[in-house]
Amino acid sequence: MSYPADIKYTKEHEWVRVESDTEVVIGITTYAADELGDVVFVELPEPGAKVVSQEQFGEIESVKAVSELYSPVTGTVIQRNEELSDAPEIVNDSAYEQGWMIKVEVADTSSLDELMSAEEYEQFLES
Amino acid sequence: MTLLRSLEEQKRQLLMDRSAAGRVGTTFVPLDVPKTKLPDENLLRDQLEMPEVSESEIVRYFSQLSQFNFSIDHNFYPLGSCTMKYNPKLNDEMAGLAGFSEIHPLQPDETVQGALRIIWHLQEMLTEIMGMAGANVSPKAGAESELAGMLMARAYHLSRGDTGRKKVLIPDSAHGTNPASAVVAGFHVVSLPTNDNGDTDIEALKVAVGPDLAGFMLTQPSTLGIFDTNLLEVVQIVREAGGVVYGDGANLNALLGKVKLGELGFDVVHSNLHKTFTQPHGGGGPGAGAVMVSERLLPFLPTPTVKKETAEDGTEKFSLFTPPESVGRLSPFHGNFGALVRAYAYIRTLGNQGVSQISEDAVINANYLLTQLRGTFDLPHDRHCKHEVVLSAKSLKDAHGTDAKDICKRLIDYGIHPPTMYFPLPNVVEESLLIEPTETESKETLDQFIMVMKAIAKEAEENPDLLHDAPHDTPNTRLDEAQAARKPVLRWKG
Repeated sequence: MSYPADIKYTKEHEWVRVESDTEVVIGITTYAADELGDVVFVELPEPGAKVVSQEQFGEIESVKAVSELYSPVTGTVIQRNEELSDAPEIVNDSAYEQGWMIKVEVADTSSLDELMSAEEYEQFLES
Repeated sequence: MTLLRSLEEQKRQLLMDRSAAGRVGTTFVPLDVPKTKLPDENLLRDQLEMPEVSESEIVRYFSQLSQFNFSIDHNFYPLGSCTMKYNPKLNDEMAGLAGFSEIHPLQPDETVQGALRIIWHLQEMLTEIMGMAGANVSPKAGAESELAGMLMARAYHLSRGDTGRKKVLIPDSAHGTNPASAVVAGFHVVSLPTNDNGDTDIEALKVAVGPDLAGFMLTQPSTLGIFDTNLLEVVQIVREAGGVVYGDGANLNALLGKVKLGELGFDVVHSNLHKTFTQPHGGGGPGAGAVMVSERLLPFLPTPTVKKETAEDGTEKFSLFTPPESVGRLSPFHGNFGALVRAYAYIRTLGNQGVSQISEDAVINANYLLTQLRGTFDLPHDRHCKHEVVLSAKSLKDAHGTDAKDICKRLIDYGIHPPTMYFPLPNVVEESLLIEPTETESKETLDQFIMVMKAIAKEAEENPDLLHDAPHDTPNTRLDEAQAARKPVLRWKG
């Protein structure tokens, strides 16, 4: 499995991509998608909702289990991936591209420095 | 082959599809009263489609349906955390006695003294088994007992004017329904991690308790199948912080006659009577919960509870009553009375010694499986287990791509019901298989299961696709579970 170098990773297996100075995109990693197995339902917050770093922002259900989604950042949801409600399997097929979950407006992106790089995430998975 | 398949297909026909115009399964006796018009013909439907079949066709239809099913009466059913033990037929016979099965819940108390006596005596026996102060058996399932327990915890705090207690702590090895029950009762749930040994993390607990602590919900033994060696310390910390200690008794099969949770400081314990005290429950019910409480929660028990009064001449009178500060009614009437009779019959049949032997045999059976399957499967917590054992298929998955689900599906081909899988949850144990043999299985049955599990592990190595495509020999082969959840088809047709 490969982990794109241009995004940041969390211990809860979410990823964050910086789109601009104030906007980030959040999803789950291929490792998480693979461990969950076939995703059958994703529950995401509506635009306008507040998300808080390290707190739950949604739920993802696979044939194995229901798991919480934890936000890597604090901010306001500006868009969610509506396609996932009809086709949750996109998370399995394209975790980093079409399978994104929410776009969040953040005060600044400096807090992302604390998250893991692709290399650090791979080391974390091996440990 | 085509003929065989079409015969198989015919077995799946619904009763309506087997109908032939004019065919009957019974003959009415000749009319021996004068014919009369119905008072209001408009109440009748024009068309009422009914299957027209003979008696033998009906009997075959239902027999075939029952063969598609799997129950504990067919074969081994090691569904962990669910205690699928054999249900003695004597209990069904007792529940079927006319004095129990043909009474009405609204009959006056004095006409159903026998039934009320059974409920009262069951309350007493469960109170004694758990070492508590009182019991109510009206909840209809474990989750309803949990809700009752949490409502009582809430009522207890509020009755003391203690309004700030809103947090309930629940370890990640607890039963899945616990957090839901606490939330429905109005609490805020905080999950506690287990340590590497599988026990409650004491340090995390110490940090989490405070003046806002309402209670702690512990499943004992936990869903990891192990007895929390920190139990006494956990209870002490929670009680000192002013919290109510709740014991989820779904796994009581490991403790019967050995541990009285009341004596360890628990305030509420529930028992899934349908699991521990035998009740056929493979189809999802009917269940029966019972909730046992300590002295300080007695006034809050649900209604109706049954009490006994003894007159001066020694005559006993049983009646329904509502405890003074009751949290109210959880079920219509008295709960699932038939299930209560079965539990009563079971306890009375076994007696004191027999009840203790349940847990002894259940624990020995689970540990036998643990010992024999060590090496074939991973043991996330390699220590003595209680009544159920958690195996992991992680190594098999990493090596051959065959996961816990594939192993479970292959077990079906061998005529064995799969154990619980992916519970404990993947973030607690990867590729988990939760196996509970129960006390009712013989060594021969367990040896057979061990042989099958080893054979499947070997198949995984030699021919993993055999597992990926399993089951092969059942009326339905591998179902597309993802598609079934994403786009469920909820009607047979039309």
